[in-house]
Amino acid sequence: MYTQALDVHGREPVAAPAADAKAAAARFEARIDADEKIEPKDWMPDAYRQTLIRQISQHAHSEIVGMLPEGNWITRAPSLRRKAVLMAKVQDEGGHGMYLYSAAETLGISRAEMFEQLLSGAAKYSSIFNYPTLTWADVGAIGWLVDGAAIMNQIPICRCSYGPYARAMVRICKEESFHQRQGFEIMLTLAQGSEAQRAMAQDALNRWWWPSIMMFGPSDADSKHTAQSMRWKIKRFTNDELRQRFIDITVPQAQFLELTIPDPALRWDEATQHFVIGPIDWNEFHAVLKGNGPCNRERLEARREAYRAGAWVREAAAAHAARQAAREQAQARRQA
Amino acid sequence: MSTAAAAPARRDRALNEALFRYVLRLADTSLVLGQRLGEWIGHAPALEEDLGLANLALDLIGQARLLLTYAGEIEGQGRDEDALAFLRDAPEFLNLTLAEQPNGDFAHTIVRQWLIDAWQIEVYEGLAGSADTRLAAIAAKALKETRYHYRFSSGWLARLGDGTAESQARAQQAVDSLWRFTGELFTADEIDERMAAAGIAPQLAAAAERFARRVAEDLNQATLARPAHQPYPWHGKRGVHTEHLGHLLGEMQHLQRSYPGVRW
Amino acid sequence: MSSPAPDPSTADWPLFEVFIRSRSGLEHKHVGSVHAADARMAIEHARDVYTRRQEGVSIWVVRSADIVASDPGESEALFEPARDKVYRHPTFYAIPDEVKNL
Repeated sequence: MYTQALDVHGREPVAAPAADAKAAAARFEARIDADEKIEPKDWMPDAYRQTLIRQISQHAHSEIVGMLPEGNWITRAPSLRRKAVLMAKVQDEGGHGMYLYSAAETLGISRAEMFEQLLSGAAKYSSIFNYPTLTWADVGAIGWLVDGAAIMNQIPICRCSYGPYARAMVRICKEESFHQRQGFEIMLTLAQGSEAQRAMAQDALNRWWWPSIMMFGPSDADSKHTAQSMRWKIKRFTNDELRQRFIDITVPQAQFLELTIPDPALRWDEATQHFVIGPIDWNEFHAVLKGNGPCNRERLEARREAYRAGAWVREAAAAHAARQAAREQAQARRQA
Repeated sequence: MSTAAAAPARRDRALNEALFRYVLRLADTSLVLGQRLGEWIGHAPALEEDLGLANLALDLIGQARLLLTYAGEIEGQGRDEDALAFLRDAPEFLNLTLAEQPNGDFAHTIVRQWLIDAWQIEVYEGLAGSADTRLAAIAAKALKETRYHYRFSSGWLARLGDGTAESQARAQQAVDSLWRFTGELFTADEIDERMAAAGIAPQLAAAAERFARRVAEDLNQATLARPAHQPYPWHGKRGVHTEHLGHLLGEMQHLQRSYPGVRW
Repeated sequence: MSSPAPDPSTADWPLFEVFIRSRSGLEHKHVGSVHAADARMAIEHARDVYTRRQEGVSIWVVRSADIVASDPGESEALFEPARDKVYRHPTFYAIPDEVKNL
């Protein structure tokens, strides 16, 4: 999910220099075709490694940045139960980020390096988190739509060819279903509530629908690296396939809530048995992706500030550990 | 330990009122502290600490929910956990003043946490044998959580106190600045005495001694100095707070106050 | 890869591998990794990250640098030493500062 959109700036594959490398590459492709899992110590083409590092780290960044729009409402959640559930959800997102950073580290990049890429603006993360959460209903909309879209993408990745990434996704998928249900339940409560609550829910849907649709990335015709990622079984379905699946599942849910999807062109196509949506505004998508969305600055600034402000804490822990280790060594020598 | 009845029907009105306030003190302390920790999520010094602090916050909100629900039952006027959390004003909150102090830097948050964890250990351990079986059950569950919280906070106290020159300076600053709120922790008032007499809550004097020893040991481990000054007699337990609580509640209660009478 | 003295404000804490026994009677299973300044912290981080849904009765943490892994036993072994570290983590390889261009 958080990476479909971002798969547009890949690196060129490194030219294989020797016959050995060519044979290894052929064996690698055969393993992929046989649906074998690739593990950290296995030989892999450099392009495969780099694609995965980019995709997994971007996914991790998205989880981490994603803690912020919802975290914004923890202190203002309107009931204790909602507060606890929201805290648990945001905590899960942090945990998901950690599973993914963990998986990426098996490929030869360090957490510090990945974090540096995020904070410097060099790395991308899902643009959906650059939108503000303006009302409590936004928390519901994010759970229902954004997590819904994420689940759609994440389930196929559970079968991706790289072992650590696939395993991390299995853990994440198990934990994700409560996230979407939590969001939908909030929307349902609001939609069935007072006039003001209904209006709040409708307003949130109006603002989150199109960004959620765009989460699936550019249409297949405009997505350059889909073919290679699919051959290597990193990506299992195309952007358009996933987007259509999401639309078909979500529109009836909105109908159940008796909320209106903000798309006058939306209609059911009897012939194809699919919902058809109106035109997507890709200018908006590219603007937000480039860093000119409503909250891009704030999100990165918040993470940068937390990291900067926390430097003395991280150093203290390292210093303390070093001192403890020295003490233990000295003690061991004395006792020897 | 006296065998005063735990069942509400057999409690006299005065005892009931005292029990209500006593439970609110525990509930509000957990609620306010959980609310403060919630402010950290997404802004901690490391991702791992985002999760760690969120874990503490979740536990505390969970304790608050159980205790507030019980308090509402004791009061017997139909107030549930949310009515108590979102519709009381600051003078009706009975949390320790220490809990409402702002997060400050990480050292400040850790010192505040460590002091309340050490306090909660004494309180929840003391409630294990309570004549009030409901309170004993809540305390037993909370004690397991608190033991982990204390491990976390005292561990960090040692790392910060005995870390770098900067972390030690910040940790000492935090201890110096929060020490004045510790007087309230084990100063018994008539509600504490009534609870002790009824066998519901522990005697505070013995708990105070254990707390003092534990705190002294932890400060020593952390190479931090115990402040010389005497704590000011704060009265958060009696509804007299610092200016911070008003702002905290304003933020927390905003939605319920703006949209009265609806379901969330 | 060279390892100059890491800037403590941006350097990672060491990496630990995490193994969890989810139920009494089962063996410990590798679930992932955590960064921590020391082993005590590593246990706490592992607990917070990997056992939020009561998936653990026992946690082992081991510094990743201490794990010795077998090699895949194929001709790819030509390109890598036989007893290799488990990850291709850049900081696992300690090269003296004086050696350039690594």
